[in-house]
Amino acid sequence: MSNLIRLPQTRLTRRRLLAGLGISAAAAPLSACSFDSGSPAALSILEKAEAVTKAVQRALLGPETAMAREFPPGAISAYFKPNGSTDPEDPGYVALRQGGFKDWRLEVGGLVERPIKLSLEDLRALPSRSQITRHDCVEGWSAIGQWKGAQLSSVLTAAGLKPQARYIALFCADTLEETLDNTGRYYETIGLIDAFHPQTILAYEMNYAPLKVEHGAPLRLRVERQLGYKMAKYIMRIEAIDDFAKISRGRGGFWEDRGYEWYAGI
Amino acid sequence: MTSLSSALPARAAPEGRLIVRHSVLVRVCHWVNAICFVVLLMSGLQIFNASPLLTWAQTTNFDKPFLSLSARHDDDGNATAGLTTIFGHAFNTTGVLGASRGDDGGLEERGFPSWATLPSYQDLAMGRRWHFFFAWILVLNGLLYFANLVFGRHIGELWPSLADLRAIPHAIVEHVRLRFPSGDEALHYNVLQKLAYLSVVIAFPILILAGLTMSPAVDAAFPWLLTLFHGRQAARAVHFLLAAYLVLFLIVHLVMVVLSGPINNMRSMITGRYRIKAARR
Repeated sequence: MSNLIRLPQTRLTRRRLLAGLGISAAAAPLSACSFDSGSPAALSILEKAEAVTKAVQRALLGPETAMAREFPPGAISAYFKPNGSTDPEDPGYVALRQGGFKDWRLEVGGLVERPIKLSLEDLRALPSRSQITRHDCVEGWSAIGQWKGAQLSSVLTAAGLKPQARYIALFCADTLEETLDNTGRYYETIGLIDAFHPQTILAYEMNYAPLKVEHGAPLRLRVERQLGYKMAKYIMRIEAIDDFAKISRGRGGFWEDRGYEWYAGI
Repeated sequence: MTSLSSALPARAAPEGRLIVRHSVLVRVCHWVNAICFVVLLMSGLQIFNASPLLTWAQTTNFDKPFLSLSARHDDDGNATAGLTTIFGHAFNTTGVLGASRGDDGGLEERGFPSWATLPSYQDLAMGRRWHFFFAWILVLNGLLYFANLVFGRHIGELWPSLADLRAIPHAIVEHVRLRFPSGDEALHYNVLQKLAYLSVVIAFPILILAGLTMSPAVDAAFPWLLTLFHGRQAARAVHFLLAAYLVLFLIVHLVMVVLSGPINNMRSMITGRYRIKAARR
């Protein structure tokens, strides 16, 4: 997630594709079948790879056991690139920020038995986990940071998931892209396997200090076995859901709505 | 990457013997691999462009990468020059690396130029879709090829003998003079072919492992990969440099195909049949 990633253009014309492929005779068979990777049919073929990758990686990882590598304090990066929104201008967020997030409450709802609201103090009172992990951006760079927060599993257990719940959606305070229909607001969804992984935490501390605004204050998600864009910042509300098709543009996240994989383990 | 099947005489001809050089499996694997490689290379450069610098470590050192492609800008933020920086030494590569012409004809900041990337314009998400789809085909195709190489006992055709290695200087001289093996000598790969093809057969699995090391999920399952490659960013560098090596191989490969009888060579990789020229006296 960043300014470097251009929002995908809606269509790739055949001319452009041919121009791209034209330098190589070896790629001729592709253009010969009038391949247009912007067309829904072609895209749906390319997208098949995501399901294969997810299935194979899940099989390799085991459902819950594999842990992302944790590093010693000396490995913490001197510079951790802030990405995506770094200073949200959404009025609601600005007001909360000016009040030092004292009025901020994390809402936990959706398909839960007991909807709850948690202040930062409440979250700090929950059992916490501290971890020094590597953050991998989809752009290709990595940085190591220390994160401390409440395990998402304990928050979800406190609220009590209903049996229909299959995903956890995280709704954020920041608008990363101005749109007419409000689909530029950041959000993410993750599966229950990752939601209940021990290293999946709602972090309020980074590098032994309160989380800074550029990194998602007051609260951001850490999902250590996936890429950075899954790790929503400026979290306002968490919902247990059975399906994400009706949220925003229906693909399970801000970047997913713009062509990126929902499963970001690679 | 090819493999010599047993040299069966197919049909005698006045100008030389026709032999079956490549099995159907090898020919299919070769062309599937060729298509995959081009797509993976171009989509890979698209992905590289999202962060066009390499660090030899676990994490990215934005200040001191050992290789970076960047642009110089004027006061309005327009790109004015493309720079390639290697170990701190900057080279002006305007028009190709760092900054090149965009759709509107103006210079724009981008690592590799649009003609080298898939898609041509900047779209990391689509680049990833292409890359991972064709990566799976490459891996499955490669497994088939390796199974044949090992269980079909073809590895010997690529593995140079001691006598082969001693003949390297002679082979180099012959190649430089564009005198290629004929007669019985041409029934088998010469030592330079063996070394070149063997290096590719070794490079691909390492390149794929380095690619997998960039996956945070794979790292969790197999943390030893991070140790093997000296960290995730180093794995990214290995992935990139091996791809560059394969491009180098491809160029030499294509030049040699043309210089040593393009029709005969192409036929041998399409129909399998290869004509052995009469031995020189």
